Amino acid sequence: MNKTKTATLNATHATDMSLVSILGAAALGLVLLFAAGFAQASVMHDTAHDQRHAMAFPCH
Amino acid sequence: MFAGVAVGVIAAALQFWLVTPLLLEGELYETGARVHFSTDGSTQSEAGHPALFTEPMRDLMTVGFNMVAFTGFALFLAVGFALSERGGHMVTARKGLIWGMAGFIAVQLAPAIGLPPELPGTVAADVELRQIWWICTVLVTAVGLGLIAFGPTLAGVGGAVLIALPHLIGAPHLDTYFGVAAPELAAHFATASLGTSAATWVLLGLFTATLWVKFKDA
Repeated sequence: MNKTKTATLNATHATDMSLVSILGAAALGLVLLFAAGFAQASVMHDTAHDQRHAMAFPCH
Repeated sequence: MFAGVAVGVIAAALQFWLVTPLLLEGELYETGARVHFSTDGSTQSEAGHPALFTEPMRDLMTVGFNMVAFTGFALFLAVGFALSERGGHMVTARKGLIWGMAGFIAVQLAPAIGLPPELPGTVAADVELRQIWWICTVLVTAVGLGLIAFGPTLAGVGGAVLIALPHLIGAPHLDTYFGVAAPELAAHFATASLGTSAATWVLLGLFTATLWVKFKDA
């Protein structure tokens, strides 16, 4: 009985953790893509320029 | 992460080979160093691109930002893998190829239907409007493909409608053409850009899925 309960708890815990890491990965990906593709500061724009054109991000 | 960095290097190599020469040639028109349809009425202009690798910092930045962008895309692929496995669809390296193709369709091909990859010197509608249309198109295409791949038949129909939607609305465009560069060059740039990113995306899907299968339980 006790064993089953622990197993269930562990499973729930694991699910929550994986949801958190999924969200974390999505957020990190978003930050990276914003930096690479959309940040308008001119320094960012100049350094990322060729890559943006080649990847067809709307650039300027 | 590692997949993104590795693929970023490959992407940069492909870009230097196929895309950057056209980009540098386009800039000759952007800056007025070369003029197509020049004042004497001639529609001819010299072909050929400036030398590659004359600006090491610039090339380094291209490699760097390719790594950043493809690492971002790889993270999104990993998110997709995680969600699909929660839904009971196991990811294999071979399925990673399909994921990569879907990524190419969502992030490159679908937006390119409305907004072709731009050669430097292209004059186009307001950049913020285009960015909004671009992001919305990528999102609904990704969701639409997901519905087609994993949803019931009816959801697949909804997915197809979603994919068509941004093109029914239409991308922001100007009322007049401003092209200053040779049309052949712009066309070649667009196809080279799509071709290189197609190859890169498929590799990204393969690498990310291979690493995913290897390290998922670690």
